[in-house]
Parts: sequence; structure tokens; C-alpha cells
Amino acid sequence: MPNQQTAIRVRGLRKSYRDVVAVDRIDLDVATGEIVALLGPNGAGKTTVTEILEGFRSRDAGELSVLGADPDTGGAAWRDRIGIVLQKSGDFELITVEEVLRQFARYYRRPRDVDEVLDAVGLTDKRRTRTGLLSGGQRRRLDVGLGILGNPELLFLDEPTTGFDPEVRRQFWDLVGSLRDDGTTILLTTHYLEEAEHLADRVAVVHQGRLVAVDTPARLGGRQSARAAVGWTDADGPHELLVDDPTRTVLDLAARFGGEVPELTVSRPTLEDVYLSMIELSTTEGAQS
Amino acid sequence: MTTTTLGTDQRPAPTAANPHPGSSARAVAVGDALRLGLARGGLEIRQFFRSRVQMFFTFSMPVVMLLLLASIYPGSVPGTGATYQQIFTTGMLGVGVMGTSLQSLSLQIAGERKNGTLKRLRGTPLPKSSYFIGKTLVVLASSLGQAAVLLTVGRLFFGVRLPVDAEHWFTFAWVYVLGIVGCSMLGIAYSNLIRSADSGAVVMLPMLVLQFISGVFVIFSQLPKGLQTAASFFPLKWICQGLRSALLPEAYARSEPAGTWEHGRIALVLGLWAVAGLVLCLRTFRWKGREDG
Repeated sequence: MPNQQTAIRVRGLRKSYRDVVAVDRIDLDVATGEIVALLGPNGAGKTTVTEILEGFRSRDAGELSVLGADPDTGGAAWRDRIGIVLQKSGDFELITVEEVLRQFARYYRRPRDVDEVLDAVGLTDKRRTRTGLLSGGQRRRLDVGLGILGNPELLFLDEPTTGFDPEVRRQFWDLVGSLRDDGTTILLTTHYLEEAEHLADRVAVVHQGRLVAVDTPARLGGRQSARAAVGWTDADGPHELLVDDPTRTVLDLAARFGGEVPELTVSRPTLEDVYLSMIELSTTEGAQS
Repeated sequence: MTTTTLGTDQRPAPTAANPHPGSSARAVAVGDALRLGLARGGLEIRQFFRSRVQMFFTFSMPVVMLLLLASIYPGSVPGTGATYQQIFTTGMLGVGVMGTSLQSLSLQIAGERKNGTLKRLRGTPLPKSSYFIGKTLVVLASSLGQAAVLLTVGRLFFGVRLPVDAEHWFTFAWVYVLGIVGCSMLGIAYSNLIRSADSGAVVMLPMLVLQFISGVFVIFSQLPKGLQTAASFFPLKWICQGLRSALLPEAYARSEPAGTWEHGRIALVLGLWAVAGLVLCLRTFRWKGREDG
């Protein structure tokens, strides 16, 4: 992959806190314009990796290039090109939503229009509200608004939708979709599997500081070639078969029933099934080594 | 409310406007830092005036202390033509300078390190120096407000004269600004030593000692020589002395340790503290908290 098309390049990244290894030899490439989700249980090392890439934390070892620079030494010009949505925030509670956005817009060379950002994160009718009076979800949307305000080439989203209700989460997904259309590269951490599946071009599963797997949501853990479960019900009750060729099985069933198969289902393992079995497998391997 | 829209068009990209690297680019960077510092200052001042409790105590505490001191020590200092009440007013002005800069600033920044303000700013292109400028501006605004209240109370109740002429106003201004800038830098640097906004004692104890030995609660020249010498290493003694020279009758100069106002030395010591504070704060300032790795 040519270098200018790689937004993030990570080789052999390591970080420990005293004797606890938080990040253990991680390699990862994120292409320009790609959306990659870091998925993993709490304490897996997702936030540590993200914050090292954002330049907030130092690393013990490893080669890093984020938009062509080492995050440790990235200056103002580099920060002008990235957007960061941190996991939590509790600042400027006495300032209104619009004042915060107008203030931060000044810090960037090519900021987005503040009204546009207000609209994009659905806070137009809260523009005159002090941020301390926002609900958790509204506050989070303001964080996202601040993250995209500088028109970043690369956006870090650390668990952006925690505390969102389903409708707001959908709206947020649409927002990310429009950022994708603009060509923004996004590194997202989440523990919502459906979020990773919906948004990400590729999913990187992190567990105990290690990268367990990286693939598209459809192919993760050999999901596309896994056996499918075909279920139906007849006079004896419900049946389920695990097969490699579900289409043939369904055709056979259709012939047998002479048309409609009662309560027919065909399912592949969900991303969650694959993810959970990966975490389980990685835990046993970790215990053995 | 009419707010200016900060669209892309209004702000020319510094690199595009200044294709030549070198000193002109540096000048643009300095200009940017100043401009953003002013913007930060505006935000900080708004924040200050909106936090009613902080504002109330900032403005009322020195006034209450002044009222107490002035009622405990009436009368005038023999042979100086100045009353104790006038002298305490200058002392409280000095306490106000340090209180709004070193004291409340260091606690405030420790709080901002804790609540994520600094981390968020660190993630933007905002220069460190703009953040410092903003902090200095809010300190300047709050302490000038405090000074106005103190001078009004002093003038109404304790016969304090405002500076008598332009020269005395000028003295008042430079002592004040130099004191504020120096102590703000020290406050920013000192915030590194504070783990949370709760540990006010870390700040309160040295402040209280400094106030006693710098002649805030007593006539400075009546303090034991050792304490006078110790105090002369710190800014508060010089701030108070400078303020006395701006507000008290000229005859009082004879009661100062040197027998004169020592304006040159005041400027020197406060200037040195301001420079040392700036260096210290540029070298030691951390955006991160200790626990942030």
C-alpha cells in the first residue's frame, strides 16, 4: 500500500503500566478514507491504543505514523488535521453550546460552519443552552460536534454513542455515513457490535492488549464460510441442521413439503457469535501461554 | 445577540498567506497565539462572571478582611500621616493580586486538568501560550474588579485617597500588571503540584505565611529583620510596597525599610519573578494529570 494512502500505520506497538501489559505488539494499517472499528471488552486496551495514536500517551516501543507524523511530536499543524472525541468530558459547563463551538472553531484553520455542525449533531435548538444543563446524550453529541468542527482528515471516536438512545444512535450513524462520503478516515472504538457492523469497513478485535483479528465485518473469523443453520418445523416439532450448502437444503425441504416450508429460517453466525468465540479462544490461549 | 460567524472565508490560512518560511512565519505564529489568547480570555472571563459563587467570594473576601482589620486597628501610624486603615487597604489590594492569580489560578487549573478541559485543548491546535494568555486575562479582569471594590470601600469608609496624579496612577498600573502577570505564571506552574481541586491547603498555607511576613496584617517595617529579609525574596512584599507608594502620602516613604519607595528594586524583583514564572510554566506545564500515563 503506498504511504500517502495510509492514514495510520502501526508496527509492534507496546505499552505497559508498571507490570501490566496494556498493549502487546499491535500492528495495524488504516487506509485513507477507511473506517476501522476497534472492538473489545472493557480493559482490552482500545482506549490506550487510541490515545497513543492521538498523542495523549507515550508508548514503550513500536513504529507509528499518523497522517505521516509521529503523534509524540505532532505539532499544531498536525492537530489541525485530526479530530478527537474522547471517552468522557465535563468541561466548560457555564458556556452555551454555540459559544463553545464558536470558540473552538477559531482554533482551526479551516473550520466547518458552526450552524452546519449544530445541525449535523442535532443541537440547533439547544444552541443557547449552557453545556452543564445538557443531557448525557446531548453532551456526547456536542463532543462529536467538537470532534468534526475542524474538518478533520482523520477522526478518532472513542465510544461515541455510549448513553445514546436507539433513535439518536441511528442519527449518529447517519452522520458518520456522511463523514465517510466526505472521505474522512475514522478510527472508532466501541463495544456495540451492531455499531461496528453497521459503520466499519473493517473490524479489529482487541483482547488483553493483543490484536486477535482484523477483517471486514462480513468475513471476520471466517464468518462468510461458516456453516449456516437451517431451521423448520414439521409434525415432530422444530428441527435445525448445520450445513455447508443451505440453498440445496432449502430446495430439498421445499420439494419435501411441496412448496412453503413451515417456519423456515436460514442463519449465519452473527458478528456477536464470532466475536464472543474469538474472545473465549483468545482467553484460553492466553491462559495456556 | 449578534455573533460573528467564523466561516472559513474570514480566516486566511496562515500558510497560504505566508508562503515564505522563517521569521515571517514565526510572526504569524506569534500573531495567532496572541489572537487565540484574546479569544481564550474572552471565554474565561465569561466563565468567571457566570460562576456566581466564585465571583462573590473573589470580590467579598478581601473586603470583609479589610473591614475586620480596619475595625480592630483604628488610628494612624505615628509620624507618617497615614492611617492603619489606609495601609491595610493597600495590603488587601496586594492580597487580592496574589489571591486571584497564584491562589485561585493554581486551584482552577488543577481542576481543569482533572475534568478534561486541558486534555480536550491538547487535542486541538491551540498553542499553550494562548491558554496562558487567556488565564492571565481572566485574572486581570477579576482582580481589577476586586481592586475597584476595595478602593471604593476604602475611599468611602477609611479615607483612602485614589492615586493623586498621573504619575501615581502609572505606578499603580505597572505594579499591578507586573504583579498579576508574574503571579499568574507562578500559579500555572504551581498547579502541577496540586493533585486535585480539593487540596486547597497546599496553596493556602504558603499564601498565609507569605501574607504575614509581607506586611499585609502588620506594618512591614515593624516585623523582625529575619522575616523582612525572607519576605523580600517573594513578590507579595514588593507588590504591597509598590501599592503603598501609589496610594499613601509621600511622607510614608520614610517608614519603609530603605527609607524610600525603591521603585527600581520593585520593578526588578517583580520583573524577575515574571520571567522566572514564565520559564517555569513553559518548562513544567503538563496538559495531562499524573494518572493519565
